[in-house]
Amino acid sequence: MKNNVSLHTMTRIAVFIILSFAIYLLLAGHNNPGGGFIGALMTASAVVLLYISFDLKTIKNVLEFYFPYFIGTGLIIAIGTGISSMIFGYPFLTQFFTHAHLPILGDVELTTALVFDIGVYIVVVGVTLLIITTIAEDDV
Amino acid sequence: MSNLLVVPFLLPMVVGAVLIFFAKHHRLQRIIAGLTGIALFVFSIYLTYRVYQSPEQMIHLEVGDWRAPFGIVLVGDMLSILMVLMASFVGLVCLFYGFKTIHIERERYYFYSFFFFLLTGVNGAFLTGDLFNLFVFFEVTLISSYVLISHGGKKFQLRESFKYVVMNMVASAFFLVAVAYLYAITGTLNMADLGDRVAMLDQQGIINVIAIIFLFVFGAKGALFPLYYWLPKSYYGPPAVITALFGALLTKVGLYSLIRTFTLIFNQNPAFTHTIILVLAGATMIFGVLGALSKFDIKSIIIYQIISQVGFMIMGLGVFSADAIAGSIYYITHDMVVKVALFFIAGIIIQLTGTADIRKMGGLLKKYPLLGWSFFIAAMSLVGIPPLSGFFGKFSLIVSSVGEGQYVIVGVALVVSLLNLFSMLRIFMNVFWGEETDITFALSNEQVNGLLRTVIPLIAVTIALGLGAEPAFQYVSAAADQLMNPTHYIDVILP
Repeated sequence: MKNNVSLHTMTRIAVFIILSFAIYLLLAGHNNPGGGFIGALMTASAVVLLYISFDLKTIKNVLEFYFPYFIGTGLIIAIGTGISSMIFGYPFLTQFFTHAHLPILGDVELTTALVFDIGVYIVVVGVTLLIITTIAEDDV
Repeated sequence: MSNLLVVPFLLPMVVGAVLIFFAKHHRLQRIIAGLTGIALFVFSIYLTYRVYQSPEQMIHLEVGDWRAPFGIVLVGDMLSILMVLMASFVGLVCLFYGFKTIHIERERYYFYSFFFFLLTGVNGAFLTGDLFNLFVFFEVTLISSYVLISHGGKKFQLRESFKYVVMNMVASAFFLVAVAYLYAITGTLNMADLGDRVAMLDQQGIINVIAIIFLFVFGAKGALFPLYYWLPKSYYGPPAVITALFGALLTKVGLYSLIRTFTLIFNQNPAFTHTIILVLAGATMIFGVLGALSKFDIKSIIIYQIISQVGFMIMGLGVFSADAIAGSIYYITHDMVVKVALFFIAGIIIQLTGTADIRKMGGLLKKYPLLGWSFFIAAMSLVGIPPLSGFFGKFSLIVSSVGEGQYVIVGVALVVSLLNLFSMLRIFMNVFWGEETDITFALSNEQVNGLLRTVIPLIAVTIALGLGAEPAFQYVSAAADQLMNPTHYIDVILP
């Protein structure tokens, strides 16, 4: 493989920008534009950028994940938030929120919807990367 | 409010997700799957009892504590809960047949996960009271079915499942378009609210157009004439257990949605919409049975019988009286059971003889009497010979159609029944009667009996439904009365 210095350098920087924006979108969700799904797609795009500019094998050595487990974990987290409201006698998927005062961040809204979104995030990251790597490995 | 209503689709969903982690441990997978299937079935019985005993004979849940019509409601009325019960029963039986027949490689590649995701979609579609949510559950069902139908990927299977995917994608796109149109006109997606508003708008012009788009969508999923062409070959590819599951559940979801939307929402202009449904019902029966008669392949014949029976199931909706719809509901219940039994037996025969061509078989009755008579009972029930369940379904459909003066469809139904009898007896005579051929049997007696153990409950249910037609009809008549009085449904959901 050719050593493409400018691409590698740019990717190293860009991936961090994309990833932090992805996290921002995940946390901004449900009151503002954003959410688990869009954040996950952005995360996946960052990882795909790594796959393209480096090499599928190299990145696989660094990120040793088994993506089907992502799907299972995410689904269980997302369903779990729905079930947790049932345990307290509310209808399925009822959401709760509270305002907490944290040292640096100030007034923060904590919601159960965020947990649901994190579940969605994990599922979508798992599905997208699973699809993309499966197709990429398909040598013709 | 009753959180019980989420269990029929939540339980399979959780288990499906958990099974992803155990994909490579097939014994553990089987244990978890089997226990879940049993739990789901037992719970559906309990839920049916609860709905039947509740004062309105209907329970509902406003998901997320959002009031209807703004949030999503789940509604368990008598029809939907009966469908959930049957789906859980069919799912359980298919699971146990699957344990014996599904190849271990398929099990390792998430067969059980997708099996349960399919049940999630099916049960969710039965229970939801929101049109867009119905679309979502349709998609859950379809995506799982895409996986199951192409699972194991032989060349033929992949080619035909491609058609299946394309056809269903097109239908889903139209579904979305139709939902959007309806939302643009009425400003709501809640089915109860839609029923209310469409009645206010006096179903004319554009709403009739939307009704026909819905008919197209559900017709494509439920395999109505002329939209069934994708079904025969794509169902032929996968193993018997998946075909049985699809034949029993997928087309029924389409038919259930058709019955739901055309009794609750598009009920103002039956002279137009329901006449079209009646014509399609007749055509579906005829072309289905003609397809069955043209084939010599046992699995193909039974697949074409799915299409033919769809005609009967939708006939009651076309006639549009309480008795006729009761007949349709009874027929759907009966067909779910019998169709699965027939696919199982066909699967056993194909495994046993190594061929699917009925002309090459013969004389199986002498060696496998239990198999033969099980097939005979299931086939006679399908055709409608008393005292089996098919007879009472057809009887009530035909009596109510005569009562409404729909003589043409009665004639068609009777002629088609006769042809059904011919096509089923042709299988029986070719496979079980006659001289024994020089086929070497691939299964031992114990294996055949082991597989038959999953067929016996189905045969028992079809006999029980026939002998217990009186109480069964009390139930389905009450369900049909609910459907014919949509104001009751609307009042419960939107007090």
